[in-house]
This record gives sequence, C-alpha cells and structure tokens, in this order.
Amino acid sequence: MKIKGKVWKFGHGITTDHIAPGRFFYLRSNLPEFAKHCFEDVRPDFISKVKPGDFVVGGENFGFGSSREHAPIMIKLCGIGAVLAKSYARIFFRNAINSGLPALILDTDQINDGDELEIDLGTGTLKNITTGREMTAPPLPPVMQAIIHEGGLVEHIKKHGRLKLD
Amino acid sequence: MGKTLAEKILSHHAGHDVKSGEFAMVKVDFTYAHDGTAPLTVQQMEAMGIQKLNNPSQCAVFLDHAAPSPRLEHSNDHQSLRNFCRRTGAILFDIGEGVSHNIVSEKFARPGDLILGADSHTCTLGALAAFSTGMGSTDIAAAMAFGHTWMRVPESFGVFLRGAFPSGVYSKDLILHFIGEIGADGATYKALEFIGPALENLSVAARATISNMAIECGAKAGLFPSDALTRLFLREHGREHDYRELEPDADARYERKFQFDLSRLEPTVACPHFVDQVKPISQVERVNVAQVLIGTCTNGRLEDLHIAARFLKGRRVSPETRLIVTLSSKKVYLEALADGTLQTFLEAGGVLIGPGCGPCVGVHQGILADGEVCVGTQNRNFEGRMGNPKSFIYLSSPATAAATAIAGRLTDPREFL
Ligand code: SF4
Repeated sequence: MKIKGKVWKFGHGITTDHIAPGRFFYLRSNLPEFAKHCFEDVRPDFISKVKPGDFVVGGENFGFGSSREHAPIMIKLCGIGAVLAKSYARIFFRNAINSGLPALILDTDQINDGDELEIDLGTGTLKNITTGREMTAPPLPPVMQAIIHEGGLVEHIKKHGRLKLD
Repeated sequence: MGKTLAEKILSHHAGHDVKSGEFAMVKVDFTYAHDGTAPLTVQQMEAMGIQKLNNPSQCAVFLDHAAPSPRLEHSNDHQSLRNFCRRTGAILFDIGEGVSHNIVSEKFARPGDLILGADSHTCTLGALAAFSTGMGSTDIAAAMAFGHTWMRVPESFGVFLRGAFPSGVYSKDLILHFIGEIGADGATYKALEFIGPALENLSVAARATISNMAIECGAKAGLFPSDALTRLFLREHGREHDYRELEPDADARYERKFQFDLSRLEPTVACPHFVDQVKPISQVERVNVAQVLIGTCTNGRLEDLHIAARFLKGRRVSPETRLIVTLSSKKVYLEALADGTLQTFLEAGGVLIGPGCGPCVGVHQGILADGEVCVGTQNRNFEGRMGNPKSFIYLSSPATAAATAIAGRLTDPREFL
C-alpha cells in the first residue's frame, strides 16, 4: 500500500509526554478529545493543520518515557499515515505496531519539515518527492509484520483467537 | 557459553533454551496495570472479545496514579476498573494501597519470575531477580487473557559494581551517574545485569531504585541476582519460601561491560528537562527551589524515608520551600508511622500525602506554578511531567532532596552531615 503526505518534523528527545501530555490524562478514556492535545507543547499548530496521510518524523529514541499507548493511538487518530524515526524507544515501538500505526526506521536527517513523501508500506521504500531522494526501511521482525498487516494486536487476536508467533 | 540472567529466566519461561536475539513465546507469572493504563487494557480486552482472564489470581489492577480521584473523569475510570476486577476476579488495590511496583515487590515478585506491567517502571522488580518489563495496555490485555506473551530475548550489559558508597551518596546517585554516562537511549532493548562484590552492601530497597530507573536509559530490564539480601527482604515480607537462588553464569556473554567503584561517586542530579542531563552536584548552580518531593516508586521505601528523615530531624524546611512526602505503600506508611519517621517530616514542616504516585505524574497533589523549580526523588524530569510545561525538575537522592528542602536551594547533602 502506498501512502502520500507531508512531513511534520520533530527533533530528538520526543517523549510520550510530548505526544500525550500528562496534564490532559484525564481525557484518556475519551481518545478523540485527548488527541486534540497531541504534540501541543512542542508544536501548537500541529493539531489544527495536520492532514490525513501526513507523516510524523522524529530523530533518535522517538517516544521514550511513559508506557502510555495512548500516544501512538492519538497520532493515528490525527490521521498520521506512518511515523519515521532514526530509532524508537522499545515500548513506543511495540505499542505503535499493536495500534496499527506503521513505524519505520530511517535516516531522518535526510528529511525536512514540509517535505512531500510517498511511502510503500509493503516494501518499506520511501520516495521524497521534494528532494528526489529514495530510502528503504529495514523490515520488521516477522511477528510484528504479521500484527501490523492485520491492523494491530486487537485484530490479530480477533482473527486467530490467540497470540500467534509464527 | 554461559547464560546471562535474562537468558536464564526467559529460557525457563519459554520452556526451551533461548539466546539473546531470539524471539520466543513466554509464560508470564504476574501481569498488572494501573488507573492510567488499565482503562485502555479493559477497552482493548472488550474489543478482542475476551471475557475471562487466564488466571485472575496472577492479574492485578492498582488505583495509584490519580488516587483519590481529583476529577470526575478519573472517578469514572476508577469505577469501571473496580467493576472489571469484580467481574473477572483480578486483584484490586484501591486508592491508598500504594504504587503498583512497590506493592508487587512486597507481595508478589519472586526471583526467576517473568512479570509484565502496563507501566514503564515495571522494571523495578529486577531488584528481586525477576525479569520484569513495561508494555502497553494492549499487550497487557493479551497477557492477562492468555497468560503468555511474545518477546525478543535481549542482549545484556554487565554492570560490575565494587566498593562502598561514601557518606551522603546512595544508589540513586549511582543510577543517575550511569544514565548520564550511557544516555537516555544507551541501553535500548538491552537488559542491564548488576553484578560484583558491592551488591553485598546494596539492600533490595537500594537495588529497587536502580532497577526502577533502568528504563531511563532505554533498558528492557534492570536485573540483580538473588542472594542473602533478597532472602532477607522476602523474610521481612513474610514469604521467605519464595526465595530461589539465581545468578548469571560466570562466563555469560555481555554485549558491553561497565565497571563502577562506588567509593568514587558523589551526590548527583539530573537537570531539566532530561534524565540524562546528569551532573555531580558540585557542578550545578544552587538554584532556588519552590518544591521538594520525597517518595514515588523510585525512592518512597522505608529506607529512603529514613535517609531523608536523618537530615530533617530537628531542622525546619525553608520558608521559601514546600516539602511533599508521598509514601510508596500502606505497609511503608504504617512502619514510618510506628517508628516516628512521619512525625519527623511533619515537625520539619513537610506535607504528607497518602500512599500512591502523588505529584509525580502531574495530575494532582502538587502541580508546579510557572517558572517554579522542583527537586524530587522520582525518576523523570521531562518538560511538563509534573503538570506544567513552564516548570523545571531536578532529580536527586532522598538525601539531596532533604538537604535542599532545608536550605531552600539545591544543596549538597554532605553540607549537613
Ligand atoms: S510514582 Fe511516578 S514513576 Fe512511579 S509509577 Fe507512579 S507516576 Fe509512575
């Protein structure tokens, strides 16, 4: 599946507190409302300007800190097609895949805020329409590939009735 | 080739030998979530169509993050979690019982266990030689439903400790120093394994502060072997029968090795806004401090309270500073009440908050004002962590926090020794 959109570039040090600010945590059982505060303290214009299919692009250790899975779910609710980063914090990465949010590992230094990207989620290939540069993300481990292709962990379990490793 | 502690525990739970880098389905001994993450766990379980837990006596829900509830939204979440526990038989720890990780360490975690929690600081139980790690709400829903999960067996870093802490220096200073050295992502996906002769001087409480913060350098687990001190801890908690001897093989393969001589450390703090912005206290500006927080899952055990009380006894908190003390569990509360520690805090001018997370996560009980500085014994100082993105948080040991409360500005505890 190919998706196309614009880049929202974030630097290093993006924590789940930046994505899903703790002071709005009382909204956690109302995720569409909570999602209106996504990235509020780092990028106040994000929520009003983000378009379906856009990409969130981070640096190293994206999504570190609290285990709150609300963070990737909120990014997905904002319409983001995929997250791209040089590296991810372990819990965020697993949560993103479980929530059905594609998370690709790429050298994001080559991607600028506002760039237009086209990504083939099947092959992990990225074409930067703005710069002409092409890149390919390393494939996910098979168990994560299966989960993301099925649309997340809830769908995986609905389909198989259990956790399936192979 | 020998096995690391992580490989040993995960092999046991996979039912066959596994090595770092392999993926395995592993049996889980205990699974928990709290009022921050459990509402989503319950929702996801419903979406999966799951009605029953694999073994409810191995599942627990803790109301600790916003407890007692400061808003109706939290109250409604608490209500639905109480109903979930009634319906499924999962064990409920209601408001006032304490912080999840502390209660699991007191009542459930055994050497060799595999424990999952919907909270990043689940790694705390590594202090008891349990492989414990944090996951998201959906993974926890699946683990509660099926009693197992999938996992990649991590490579381990061996952290060799020798020597003894000089006075005024504690395990919190060590782990802050380590995180400063390796960085916030220095151990991502890895297990830290602490070994060496200095372990003889590190109580389970001191180890728990270290294991608790393993996640702050990205680690999946922060493991200690079990030994006489582990046995002592279990005996003190009425469950010596849970003791089991467990240590890494002498020829275990460590991806990286570190060595620390504890006698060379000094009081250490993490400066705003990242846990790896670490400096020895001698190199930090003596900023004025509006609020001091002593407690949380990192440093809210009886040993931590005793360290702080030693400084506060017979002294008063600066009039420019508020001191908030939050107890990690009801057991600690009762013990600190009985031995006079709580009286020391109150007489010094401190405010006591019932067992729970308190102001650590910024939802209630001590949100900072614009521009205010807090020195706290918790594990995170991210921008906005305590509810206000315009405030500043320094992380320290209970001793540094107590000295700071007395002086009203960031202070080296050795000045009061
Ligand atoms: S005390 Fe703080 S870090 Fe520990 S579980 Fe509670 S909110 Fe999390």
